[in-house]
Amino acid sequence: MKVLVPVKRVIDAYVSIRVKSDGSGVDTDNVKMSLNPFCEIALEEAIRLREAGVATEVVIVSVGSADIETVMRSGLAMGADRAIRVDTDNDVEPLAIAKILKYVAEKEEAGLVITGKQSIDGDNNQTGQMLSALLGWSQATFASKVVIDGDTAKVTREIDGGLETVSIPMPAVVTTDLRLNEPRYPTLPNIMKAKKKPLDVIALADTGVDASKRQTVLNVSPPESRSAGVMVGSVAELVDKLKNEAKVI
Amino acid sequence: MTTLVIAHHDNAELHASTLNTVTAASQIGGDVHVLVAGSGAGAVAEQAAQIAGVTKVLHADADQYNDGISIEIANLVVSLAGDYSHIMAGSTTSGKDMLPRVAALIDSSQISDIMAVDSADTFKRPIYAGNAIATIKSSDSTIVLTVRPTGFDAAEMGGSAEVSSIEGPAVDGTTSVVGRELTVSERPDLGAADIVVSGGRGVGSAENFKIIEGLADKLGAAFGASRAAVDAGYVPNDYQVGQTGKVVAPNLYIAVGISGAIQHLAGMKDSKVIVAINKDEEAPIFQVADYGLVADLFEAVPELVEAL
Repeated sequence: MKVLVPVKRVIDAYVSIRVKSDGSGVDTDNVKMSLNPFCEIALEEAIRLREAGVATEVVIVSVGSADIETVMRSGLAMGADRAIRVDTDNDVEPLAIAKILKYVAEKEEAGLVITGKQSIDGDNNQTGQMLSALLGWSQATFASKVVIDGDTAKVTREIDGGLETVSIPMPAVVTTDLRLNEPRYPTLPNIMKAKKKPLDVIALADTGVDASKRQTVLNVSPPESRSAGVMVGSVAELVDKLKNEAKVI
Repeated sequence: MTTLVIAHHDNAELHASTLNTVTAASQIGGDVHVLVAGSGAGAVAEQAAQIAGVTKVLHADADQYNDGISIEIANLVVSLAGDYSHIMAGSTTSGKDMLPRVAALIDSSQISDIMAVDSADTFKRPIYAGNAIATIKSSDSTIVLTVRPTGFDAAEMGGSAEVSSIEGPAVDGTTSVVGRELTVSERPDLGAADIVVSGGRGVGSAENFKIIEGLADKLGAAFGASRAAVDAGYVPNDYQVGQTGKVVAPNLYIAVGISGAIQHLAGMKDSKVIVAINKDEEAPIFQVADYGLVADLFEAVPELVEAL
């Protein structure tokens, strides 16, 4: 079974983002970029499935310009077998991404798609569910445990207030939550090997997907900043402030 | 213009997030219909009919809606979608699981997690874990939206809408729920708690985290941790508050021994009141805290527990 892992390049989780002063978006110039953390978890799970003999090949796919190849190489260094980049210079909305991924999943005859539940830039949490609906495959979101047994998968999902385990037929789209695994760090030999792994480029036009935008971003602004707080001198003063000033306890 | 709100419920009671979602729907203007899809959920439909501002309740009662399986619910919503200008669900795990399927199947580009309604086609939503706010205008003929419950007040009760029974499309039947482990901890859920007490690397060990838990229990609070504490192995990953963990916005957030990395701030800075206790007076957490206390947590926290 071939596993397809859609991944996204995002501003590194430890970087403080800056909103552009003209309100057009977030500044990405000279900012450290990384694989989306949830995508790393998805890739780790796919690699473990291959190591366990359940999967035969792990293919990562991403949509964007040649700039994203650096983080795609880090996915190859983690252990993906090969990579596919669908080439476009434009931002693509999740619905169009899902349509592009449908094309790739069918072309590759993948048996399973594992992807992050959301990217930490757009925070949309849509692509996996949309892809499942478009493919007509099973869906299991927010996975914290995945057990594949032949034609069936049992996936434990993180839901509000606890966990739920669903039984679904394969093929399936699974999206990952934080607890699924802890992604490995690429070793130096694997980073070297990754440079030679295949990274194919497909033109967006070849997918037949109309990726034109349905939404216009009118403005991006910083959130309301917090007013400066006060330092208290003692626990007693803190308790007094919380009880009588903030009235939260 | 009519908005369909998908009710979140457990077949017995309406989930509070539905009331916030109805408020968002009312702000769009036009009629507000609520869909209650469940099994034996008549009482929920009656409750939904009493929400002020709701003009009609659609009640689909069938076995396949018993477990809230997203494929079944989404197919039902798609069968109704033609009558609506907007379709909404709360940003709960079930809303987030189900609604993008609807959007894809009706070829609409969903806007997730809206926190404000600017007009019938323009909405505000947080991006980068709330570190930026985007204003987005949709050109879709049916606009699909998930709604951040903390962004809208709960709708009042006191309405009396008509409840009409509807039939759904054919059963899909491919997915089944084979187990549920709902947390029965006496502590509230991190995402829904009024008060959250979190510890960071400064707590020093898994054993020492009992001090943080003790404070949480004294306050009836949920208990969380920074990624640094999780990475150090002091607490399991599901307690993580931050950009890659849970995003919380309680009335009171108490950060103990947390320096305040960007990653962590992204997950808690929308809290109403933030308290920071840290021995390093330079710690960035103090820049977002309403009340800061420079102190050794091993002295201050027990003293705080005593004083409460």
